[in-house]
Amino acid sequence: MVTYIIRRLIGALAMLFIVSAVTFSIFFVVPRLAGVTPDDIANRYVGRAATAETVTAVAEKLGLHDPVVVQYGRWVKGVFVGAEYDYGTGVEQCPAPCLGYSFVTKQPVWPDLVDRLPVTLSLAAGASVIWLVIGVSVGVLSALKRRSIFDRGAMIIALAGVSLPPFFTGLVALSLLSYGLGITAPGGAYTPLTENPGLWAYNLILPWLTLAFLNAAAYARLTRAGMLDTMGEDYIRTARAKGLKESKVIGKHGLRAALTPIVTIFGLDVGILVGGAILTENAFSLQGLGKYATTAIAANDLPKIMGFTMLAAFFIVVANLIVDLLYAVVDPRVRLS
Amino acid sequence: MTFLQLNDLKVHFPTDDGLVKSVDGLSFQLERGKTLGIVGESGSGKSVTSLSILGLHKGGRAKISGEIWLDGEELVTASQEHVRSLRGKKMAMIFQDPLSAMHPYYTVGDQIIEAYRIHNDVPKKVAKKHAIDMLGRVGIPQPDRRVDSYPHEFSGGMRQRAMIAMALSCDPELLIADEPTTALDVTVQAQILDLMRDLQRDFNAALIIITHDLGVVAELSDDILVMYGGKCIEYGSADDIFERPEHPYTWGLLGSMPRLDREVTERLLPIKGSPPSLINVPSGCAFHPRCAFEPRTGGKGSTLVPDLVETEGGHLVRCHLSREERRDIWATEIKPKLES
Repeated sequence: MVTYIIRRLIGALAMLFIVSAVTFSIFFVVPRLAGVTPDDIANRYVGRAATAETVTAVAEKLGLHDPVVVQYGRWVKGVFVGAEYDYGTGVEQCPAPCLGYSFVTKQPVWPDLVDRLPVTLSLAAGASVIWLVIGVSVGVLSALKRRSIFDRGAMIIALAGVSLPPFFTGLVALSLLSYGLGITAPGGAYTPLTENPGLWAYNLILPWLTLAFLNAAAYARLTRAGMLDTMGEDYIRTARAKGLKESKVIGKHGLRAALTPIVTIFGLDVGILVGGAILTENAFSLQGLGKYATTAIAANDLPKIMGFTMLAAFFIVVANLIVDLLYAVVDPRVRLS
Repeated sequence: MTFLQLNDLKVHFPTDDGLVKSVDGLSFQLERGKTLGIVGESGSGKSVTSLSILGLHKGGRAKISGEIWLDGEELVTASQEHVRSLRGKKMAMIFQDPLSAMHPYYTVGDQIIEAYRIHNDVPKKVAKKHAIDMLGRVGIPQPDRRVDSYPHEFSGGMRQRAMIAMALSCDPELLIADEPTTALDVTVQAQILDLMRDLQRDFNAALIIITHDLGVVAELSDDILVMYGGKCIEYGSADDIFERPEHPYTWGLLGSMPRLDREVTERLLPIKGSPPSLINVPSGCAFHPRCAFEPRTGGKGSTLVPDLVETEGGHLVRCHLSREERRDIWATEIKPKLES
């Protein structure tokens, strides 16, 4: 088990390294191949009035003429020890972990990300609990009451849930519940959990439900399929042959096995979500990581996009790692191989 | 009173393609301490019969009629909950493939402990001690350590031993073994059969062995029931079936049985054709399309369903051929081929 954990940890680190290298290449090598010169990049930082000589000097100072490997090395170094950026008007500090420095807002990227993180975390945590509970219970009931009215109804709603994008369901929910009935928050507001838990939940309930609807639907279908599979297994027959009560056959023997793939998907989904629920955050004007990313992309602010991508990748890799470890806990056969 | 008695048991499954008559009017009796072998090809209804006795088809799509009497209680009409309370305690089952029949996520010990604690209100510690005892009794070395192993850490033979330990954990009076050795190596098969014989003697349980392998029932059974197309087509003592078989299908089974004492150059005598569809059962005798002696029935084979008739002293046969014809064919045409 210890070797298994160590192997997974090393794998996770290697994965982060590869993701950062690939992301860096996409943002800084591909444009160059397409004909963008270091001076073009520097030009975006110094403003329109600068002369060609100034631009070149700035590009030189920022190391944009260096080989990409050197630039990447400098970026990695920044993550661990921080970096300094000098583009003519003075030296800007970017303390560790420096994921980049936005020349548009003249801000290091990291503190911005940290600012946005609680919003996205709150959104992801609430929504994931809701969709897991609803999705799995509906899926189990559907499988057990196969072909009943409940099953058919649930699966039709699930199909709608999977098909409808959150910017649609979110807006419908907003206009019905917030602006129509006035029972939920109108969106755009966020209160930290530590300040006022009630208000925190009140402001987030609609985004939670919107996001949960999308995923609960997928989970219901997944759980249903998994349960139908598992309940046909020989070991379920064995459990019944022992004289076990049906509720325990389902809960202890059926669900345990059917949940294994759900655990995997759940971990990854939460990982992806923590990296920013782009559509939902935009629909409800929540200032989370997803909204940060869309803003950065709209402004073509490369360091911000790069920083956001790395943070999102970090969450996914961590989620993957947790899933791998959980898998070994859930399924004893994984521990050996 | 007979310990286990089936009267005209029918288990039919409605499907989109029609009614599947998996078991169609089966009757037999079994006493404590005795072993019945049920033999037949896949789809002959032998597994469905055993699952019906355990009540595992209750509440499903199956339509069950007839009577199953176990120690004075009728089970077909009994409530699901009552039959559940008998399962595992009064009657237990050993399944074919112990790898898929045991839950991969729980240790072997946990699964035996669970089986024991369903019917015995004891603390987990006591149940674990019992599980270790049971594992020891079925011949698993170092049971106090192996009790914490997972099924995939056991070899096939060990898993089947553990499965047997689980089935016997509540001291059942009726034990049904469905193809208990089919998934095992030949050398291990013999060990498992020996073990089952010993345990049956110790526990004095009634034992039903379901198999397609006549060699297995030859080892263990007092009586043998041959099933074909959901019906019993021959029933008798092991001696009757092996020394004086009277049904052409039973002859076919004996001819398809590989034997080490035969000349290598000789071929097996397989039964031609394949098992009948249980939706469109052949008219008349279900075996007639595959029966080499059908022409001798004078057309009755394809039109009339033969009755199960006693030929002598508890030996029952379902065949249109007359007793004399059957004995003649066995003595002059079949037996010499099997023995040559």
